[in-house]
Amino acid sequence: MSNEKQVDPGRRGLLVATCAAGGVAGLATTGMFVSTFQPSERAKAAGAPVEVDLAGLAPGEMRTVEWRGKPVWILKRSEAMVNSLKQTDGQVADPNSERNPDELTPEYARNEFRSIKPDILVAVGICTHLGCSPVTRFATGAQPSLPDDWHGGFLCPCHGSTFDLAGRVYKNKPAPDNLEVPRHMYLSDSTLVIGKDEKGEA
Amino acid sequence: MAFQEKKLPADAPIADKALGWVDARFPLSSTWKAHLSEYYAPKNFNFLYVFGSLALLVLVIQIVTGIFLVMHYKPDANLAFASVEYIMRDVPWGWLVRYMHSTGASAFFVVVYIHMLRGLLYGSYRKPRELVWLFGVGIFLCLMAEAFFGYLLPWGQMSYWGAQVIVNLFGAIPFIGPDLSLWIRGDYVVSDATLNRFFAFHVIAIPLVLIGLVVAHIVALHEVGSSNPDGIEIKETVDEHGVPLDGIPFHPYYSVHDLFVVTIFLAVFSAVVFFAPEMGGYFLEYNNFVPADPLKTPPHIAPVWYFTPFYSILRATTSEFMIWLAVGVAAYVALIIIKTRLATKFKIAAAVIGLIVIVAMFVFDPKFWGVVFMGVSVMIMFGLPWLDYSPVKSIRYRPGWHKYIYIVFGIAFLILGYLGVQAPTTIGTLVSQVCTFIYFGFFLLMPWWSVMGTFKQVPDRVVFHPH
Repeated sequence: MSNEKQVDPGRRGLLVATCAAGGVAGLATTGMFVSTFQPSERAKAAGAPVEVDLAGLAPGEMRTVEWRGKPVWILKRSEAMVNSLKQTDGQVADPNSERNPDELTPEYARNEFRSIKPDILVAVGICTHLGCSPVTRFATGAQPSLPDDWHGGFLCPCHGSTFDLAGRVYKNKPAPDNLEVPRHMYLSDSTLVIGKDEKGEA
Repeated sequence: MAFQEKKLPADAPIADKALGWVDARFPLSSTWKAHLSEYYAPKNFNFLYVFGSLALLVLVIQIVTGIFLVMHYKPDANLAFASVEYIMRDVPWGWLVRYMHSTGASAFFVVVYIHMLRGLLYGSYRKPRELVWLFGVGIFLCLMAEAFFGYLLPWGQMSYWGAQVIVNLFGAIPFIGPDLSLWIRGDYVVSDATLNRFFAFHVIAIPLVLIGLVVAHIVALHEVGSSNPDGIEIKETVDEHGVPLDGIPFHPYYSVHDLFVVTIFLAVFSAVVFFAPEMGGYFLEYNNFVPADPLKTPPHIAPVWYFTPFYSILRATTSEFMIWLAVGVAAYVALIIIKTRLATKFKIAAAVIGLIVIVAMFVFDPKFWGVVFMGVSVMIMFGLPWLDYSPVKSIRYRPGWHKYIYIVFGIAFLILGYLGVQAPTTIGTLVSQVCTFIYFGFFLLMPWWSVMGTFKQVPDRVVFHPH
């Protein structure tokens, strides 16, 4: 009894076609499952701009608001704090915010202060390394985990990245980029809106 | 072949008849024999050989306690933290089930690390046990995934920020990274969507894969037979029935040994569960008793202890360190070209790949390379069977100084683990960079050092002193 007869080309052709069609259906189904992992419509819809009232914010004081689930810092820098940015120019990796400007720094914040008003910093308080939220270290001078000539700024507790008071990352730290400045604008002298500027919503 | 049922006399016990009935329809007796009562294991096993059985026991503990936890847990960002507290305070004996599960996670890694150390010392990964080892490394990866996904579920501060950091690791991959981490989270931040999918992975997806791999690991092992501390193939010396002369049936000889160690293990396990379930913050981190707060990272975050050696390698990769890594890659390529007898095309390939890696090291962020080196530090274990060229399997017959290599490697691994739980410091980073080199050097230079020195004569039969 010989089962090794010649291949029937008609049947072989049908077999290949069936496998191909089945394969396409399988791939499409896989694609469907993979797509369910994307942000849902509800997740995309959440994230409206946030209004912040700046009245009563004293120099040197920082307020944290939530925008799209992330902490956004609003720091009113004192005169000394603003002046410290001159001294850190040489120690930070990207003093003029030239790396990934479109994602990290809106046009109106591409200056030494990384802000619209020199004294008010608005930044997303999420380290560009692996997403921890840095802690404030506004006191100057030597402290644990910080250099002796510390000018005040932020320290990421996770991997030790440091940022100056304009959210600019210091050289040779794990974080590659400056902190993100979200799109924002002033509705009045003391009202700030985060997540929206003259060009529309972020 | 026609269907045949074993003929038994009419007055045979009912149990024998039932067994005969089943055996004709399902390989019950033959499976029992193949894997237990007639599975011949070398008679010279030592204490280190019980950890495979212990790992199986811990797996059972995790699955059983896990099932009962799921009955009370709520995978919802608004309810998760409270539901864990509910299990701890209001569910009768819920605290015990949960502490068994959380202690079991750490116990699993203790047992598995010792099991892997055993494999390393006695060359259990060598031919013909390569697949046993590969399945084993696969199990290790699954365990890491399982531990990571599970850690988010209590929705405490460490859960939240740990997940945030690890998911962002994927964001470091050039080009696709940011979209990839978004896809993993299912939201712009770690959120309810993330919690739900991690729950699905933790309770069903990974356990299914894990159990499949455990079965494959054991089936592959029983196909080739167990190795032993002498690294001698007992199947090469058999009696007239084909039974290895140095083999004894796993059951009852080793099942009894294992059962004895199980009692010791359970005593220690219970002591931890009842008296130190948090283990000083190493098994359950204190920050995780604070509900997740997306606006505030705890001042000191560190992964649970079993991840820290690999995590230290991630942290060691700073931009200053990249130059040393580039030098390391260049030196390694030079070593391959000068010191191996590979075909020219492989040498050219090594040179090209080396060059691409070095160039890429300066093009892409150190952040990306930190992720790469952390990944490679785990994956490199897959390569072990093909890196070790030593003529003997067991450390017993290697040159004496090989022991120092293992000790240095072991110490470097422990230091990496220690530094991973500490806050980053300049000196700590430097030490972890040195240890990173030792870690990779151990594996990558193995083709050379594993053949150097004077090897001792391996006996034909296992060394065994009856007691």
